[in-house]
Amino acid sequence: MIAELGLALLWIAAALACLSLVAGTLFLRGGSKDLAALVRPASVAQGVLTAAAFGLLIALFVRSDMSVELVARNSNSLKPMIFKVAGTWGNHEGSMLLWLMILSLSGGLIAIFEKRLREDTLVATLAAQAALSLGFFAFLLFSSNPFKRLPVAPPDGQGLNPLLQDIGLAFHPPTLYVGYVGLSVAFSFAVGALITREIGPAFARAMRPWVLGSWIFLTLGITAGSYWAYYELGWGGWWFWDPVENVSLIPWLAGAALLHSVAVTATRNALRAWTVMLAVIGFSMSMVGTFIVRSGLLTSVHSFAVDPERGTFLLALMAIYIGGALTLFALRAGSVAEGKKFALLSREGSLVINNLLLTTILALVLLGTLYPIVAEAMGEKISVGPPYYNKVAGPLALILCLVMVAGPLLSWRKDDGKRLWSRLPLAIFAGAVVLFGLVLFGGKVGILPLLGMTVAGVVAVASLAPLWGRNLRRTPLPTWGMVTAHFGVAVCLAGMGAESAFIKERLVAAAPGDVVKVGDFAVKFVGVKPVAGPNYTAIEGTLVATTSSGGSFTMRPEARTFPGLMGTAPTETNEAALLTRPGGQLYAVLGQPVTSDDGSADRYQIRLWWKPLVWWIWLGGALIAVGASLSLLGRAQLLNIWRARRSRKSQERFAP
Amino acid sequence: MSGLPNSIRFPAKAGIQSVVTLALVLAAPLAIPATAQDRLPPAPYAYQQLKDPAQEARAKALMEELRCLVCQGQSIADSDAPLAGDMRHEVRSKIAAGESPAEIKTWLVARYGNWVSYDPPFDGATALLWLGPLLFLALGGWLAFGRFRRGANDDEGGEA
Repeated sequence: MIAELGLALLWIAAALACLSLVAGTLFLRGGSKDLAALVRPASVAQGVLTAAAFGLLIALFVRSDMSVELVARNSNSLKPMIFKVAGTWGNHEGSMLLWLMILSLSGGLIAIFEKRLREDTLVATLAAQAALSLGFFAFLLFSSNPFKRLPVAPPDGQGLNPLLQDIGLAFHPPTLYVGYVGLSVAFSFAVGALITREIGPAFARAMRPWVLGSWIFLTLGITAGSYWAYYELGWGGWWFWDPVENVSLIPWLAGAALLHSVAVTATRNALRAWTVMLAVIGFSMSMVGTFIVRSGLLTSVHSFAVDPERGTFLLALMAIYIGGALTLFALRAGSVAEGKKFALLSREGSLVINNLLLTTILALVLLGTLYPIVAEAMGEKISVGPPYYNKVAGPLALILCLVMVAGPLLSWRKDDGKRLWSRLPLAIFAGAVVLFGLVLFGGKVGILPLLGMTVAGVVAVASLAPLWGRNLRRTPLPTWGMVTAHFGVAVCLAGMGAESAFIKERLVAAAPGDVVKVGDFAVKFVGVKPVAGPNYTAIEGTLVATTSSGGSFTMRPEARTFPGLMGTAPTETNEAALLTRPGGQLYAVLGQPVTSDDGSADRYQIRLWWKPLVWWIWLGGALIAVGASLSLLGRAQLLNIWRARRSRKSQERFAP
Repeated sequence: MSGLPNSIRFPAKAGIQSVVTLALVLAAPLAIPATAQDRLPPAPYAYQQLKDPAQEARAKALMEELRCLVCQGQSIADSDAPLAGDMRHEVRSKIAAGESPAEIKTWLVARYGNWVSYDPPFDGATALLWLGPLLFLALGGWLAFGRFRRGANDDEGGEA
């Protein structure tokens, strides 16, 4: 019954989306006001019903109802409960339902909370959001039904990919999806504003919290995903420029560009067309990313043919939405002028350069991701990986950071070069100290990490400059947010640079009792013992790391074996042991047993890394998210309203 | 060279090379859980570093640029797949024998094609890849600079 109820709820929600779209369109074409009154409640109900359907799918996974095909293929009754729940979105259909739920809930949230926009713009926005969700409802119901029953229920399910059986799966995809799909709100706002021609500061201010909100989730999702890859894949890499990672980075870059340009539109009523364009690009890139990942295009061009229906469906949806929005943009281009002009050396000018660089990086990441796919279709097999991105995106990112140093110190409209220069000496001094320190004492450091750490030094100091000489208690929250986020970029950059430049690696075959030196640590391999987990068996190694200052830490890396369930092959994973120290992390992995010449297998492969400042990378990511959250709190106006009321009262007191 | 049976590990004939690559690529989805299904002991240098730190650094830098042919988006420097182990061994033993990273890369590209290198060469097929960002930057810059106010005469009248 649960599965059938879930399916019914999805159909009703789809009908409500249809209602919102039709009623909204009729109203905008001159229909009666009653039609507009329908749109808000329909949007809210659609969100609630889709969320209920998702809840029912979770219930099916929790109850391990193997008569449902999706559960049988992706779950197993022996799995720990947390992974049964998380397994709901660890597969194609479930994750598409999650996507749709967030899309519908966003529409509902706009309907409830958005009060600043004109009525017709709001209705147009909700209708656009309904149009978006209608397409994905069709996709889910016609080609990816998560509630499909099996004619005969198998005794148990095939289980979940062990790599995904990690607490990271519980949080990483939902977080990223909220970010991805949150950008749909900006997309719908842009479409709504284009339809009613209400593009200006009011529209920008209404859109800004949504952009910030989804960007926070994208930041957290990417940061968490990077950390997950770091500790779960067993080789200590934190970014691979893998296509799946790239398609999450692309909407993040679009969101970063958008939230800077929307600031210009909201404050100065400039860059209007550009802001609308970026709002369209943001969610378009989310859809492109989903299409690339979901269509199977990534593994190889050939797997596209494995399920042509789904790929073609998504491609058609994308073409309709992106093409439609761009056509609308072209039709309205005449009435969307850019707005006020400004000098190159101004806050707006620096934000334009910021946008130019961010979109260039976005374009090159997209190019690098799609290029091998297109090249292969044309008979040329090439790989595009870290060396390409480091060479092309690395320098652009560093220039972007330098623009970030100057931007917040410039005033709007027009500024003076000398004034800017007078605020920079301390930051330049910090950069020079880092640079000379590294050149003199750092040994052989690659050019990119060297420049990265230098720029990090400059940015770290300069990012705090907007606070100098201000009354910190009266500094608005968005300013604190900007400072925190920019400082986070410096922390992240320093972590990346230090990790790449000073990493120490030791790969050894060690017998119990052997001591391996890595960095400042002497690591003693004590031995191994078998352990049993809830649904796996493992060999657990015991390592004792001692520092020269006398500290002693025990690390327990595991090599896990997950049995093959219902005829699938067993899978092995490495659980790395991490020791976090102020100066970095010690990363230990237990590999396979090594056979000696006499045939006895008493040694084990041990992989050890000392990764200086590596955790700064994720700390930086978290700081960026915290900064954006502070900014969001400020933009949501709660504190401003409170302060305005207080200052109005105090002014009234002094009034004659 | 270290006297390993290279002909077994690396099909040297150019004719079957593309067939092998194709087979590897087609097998890729099956090989995602990088299990050590073949329980042959890995080649010595697969999980062992070179004694000379300078040589090891060169080998490491090269390994990070080489694609693990049976994995999804991993270099041979960070994969547990047996083939990646064999390739690491190959790279390290050639470095130890005094070959330069460039020579080793040329050798591997001759066998596996440009697919094996994460650093695509600049040629006819990749010109757009390398020049694309520059073109985009130039185009974007040209558009953006049109936005800036030239001179002070159209001060606040810039509202269009």
